[in-house]
Amino acid sequence: MKKRNNRGIAVRETAADRVFNIVNITLLAIIALIVLYPLYFVVCASFTDPMVVNQGGLLLYPVKWYAQGYHKIFAFKQLWSGYSNSLIYMVLGTTVNMVITIPCAYAVSRKDFVGRGVLLKIFAFTMFFSGGLIPSYLINSKLGLRDNLWAMIIPTGLSVWNMIIARTFFETSLPSELLDAAHIDGCNDFRFFFQIALPLSKAMLAVIVLYYAVGHWNGYFHAMIYLNKESKFPLQLVLRNLLIVNQVTSSSMTDDLLNRADKIRIAEQLKYGIIVVASVPLLVLYPFLQKYFTKGVLVGSIKG
Amino acid sequence: MSELLNTSKLKPESMPLWRRLARSWQLYVLALPAVIWIIVFAYAPMYGVQIAFKEYKVNLGITGSPWIGLKYFNQLFSLPNFKTLVMNTLLLSVYSLLWSFPVPILLALMLNQVKSKGYKKFVQTVTYAPYFISTVVLVSMLNVFLTPSSGWVNKIVEAMGGKAITFMGDPKWFRTVYITSGIWQGAGWGAIIYLAALGGIDPALYEAAMMDGATRMQQIIHIDLPCILPTVVIMLIMNMGGIMNVGYEKSYLMQNSLNITVSEIISTYTYKIGLLNAKYSFSTAVGLLNSVVSFILVAAANYISRRVTETSLW
Repeated sequence: MKKRNNRGIAVRETAADRVFNIVNITLLAIIALIVLYPLYFVVCASFTDPMVVNQGGLLLYPVKWYAQGYHKIFAFKQLWSGYSNSLIYMVLGTTVNMVITIPCAYAVSRKDFVGRGVLLKIFAFTMFFSGGLIPSYLINSKLGLRDNLWAMIIPTGLSVWNMIIARTFFETSLPSELLDAAHIDGCNDFRFFFQIALPLSKAMLAVIVLYYAVGHWNGYFHAMIYLNKESKFPLQLVLRNLLIVNQVTSSSMTDDLLNRADKIRIAEQLKYGIIVVASVPLLVLYPFLQKYFTKGVLVGSIKG
Repeated sequence: MSELLNTSKLKPESMPLWRRLARSWQLYVLALPAVIWIIVFAYAPMYGVQIAFKEYKVNLGITGSPWIGLKYFNQLFSLPNFKTLVMNTLLLSVYSLLWSFPVPILLALMLNQVKSKGYKKFVQTVTYAPYFISTVVLVSMLNVFLTPSSGWVNKIVEAMGGKAITFMGDPKWFRTVYITSGIWQGAGWGAIIYLAALGGIDPALYEAAMMDGATRMQQIIHIDLPCILPTVVIMLIMNMGGIMNVGYEKSYLMQNSLNITVSEIISTYTYKIGLLNAKYSFSTAVGLLNSVVSFILVAAANYISRRVTETSLW
């Protein structure tokens, strides 16, 4: 019965639907092109003679291959110390984030957790009201969270938004019968969390890890406030000082070039090369996690 | 063993409170790190907000500093550029919300209609990409793309017969550049949440609609939109809370002496006045005002939404 209906529908695709499909697919193609082109341009420009880039116009492929910029970039120590700092902050920071976020998200997802309504409200309130920059700064300074590794890790330890995503996932994807069955078999809450809840929530965990990791890798403001020593700067802060504040021309990257024209020429290209080098890790990483995105993000209301 | 059977027979609600607490002590252990964190890093700063009403002295600390009343609030309201600051913040975020909010919804609806899985995945992969680019990199890209002399955007403007525009140095263009680049960066990623909501719609609804001869467009209007409305409303309320906290990271990077009249918003001002000029109490007062207004906005949005759509955050 049902099969026949389906076949009937497939045949009955109307003219309006066909027009809709064509328009839809074309529009999406245009959107994809608009999104992609700026990124593609940067990559092309990083391999093209800066003179050509500066004359403007659209680049469709690298014209007059020129990769001097990359030689400079790979020899630039500050950038690589920023890179390794960022890696450390990202890995350690995300680990701490997960240890704080996920267990609590699980606990408040349990209906038999006495006081979860109040606790959730206490957490949710901080999403909409905060003490602000200066009081946080004073507290963190008092705790010694300045100018060291932990200043980058602990104060950013929890995002309530991510915790709510995790909680909603636990709530909707773990049937209560599962817990009942486990309890009857003598499984305690710790064991249920580590051996049943976590393995069943890989999609959500992947998404939350990604959220946190991207936040650590891409943020600069927190580092700008809490770090003074250049040797501790994460990549984004190095980039900010290089690309936006000083501009590359005046930086030490081009000091060894005596010819001013050469200096400017390379400085222009450096900008593109640096952008590429800084953005590659995440752009290469995320497609592998992409299959989890829609599965892992379920946001219901905070009502609990 | 006998105890275990006993407890499983009992309905949890009928157990005395201490029993229920004791039974789930492990859950409290799991919640503990987050609870400690939220007390120290969210509620302690809220307690520290009192320095907005105090003359903060480093050696006296938050509690020890003398009370001063509303001095800093008066100072704030009598600031010559106070009105500009508030307007800059409000306009930037209201325009952002107005333009940026619908785009991910439209994109999700469009993607949801694509039958070819490969094509859908391709468009998704592409549109997600800018989300993974940092604000610093985004603003550097804007700088190089938009320079009047050599940026390719201006080459297009010139090719179409226009005059090169100093996008980054013109107050008139600040918001447009800010919002457009924000849409470019966030629309694809923002669509995920709506795609998840669309994925959860019961297929029977579409089957029934198709049998009744509904076109694709009619299905979008009569099935997709109503079904994702609760998600839309929740996201809208969340965004209302962000109105006063509109992206300071990006505004701060895009600021220069030419566009400062438009790009200076409350949060960048708090940073400068507080940390760069070390006026702790004054800056806290500015921040507090900001927080209060943004809380009122969320609460109002939530209230209205509960009345009108029966969807609400709390």
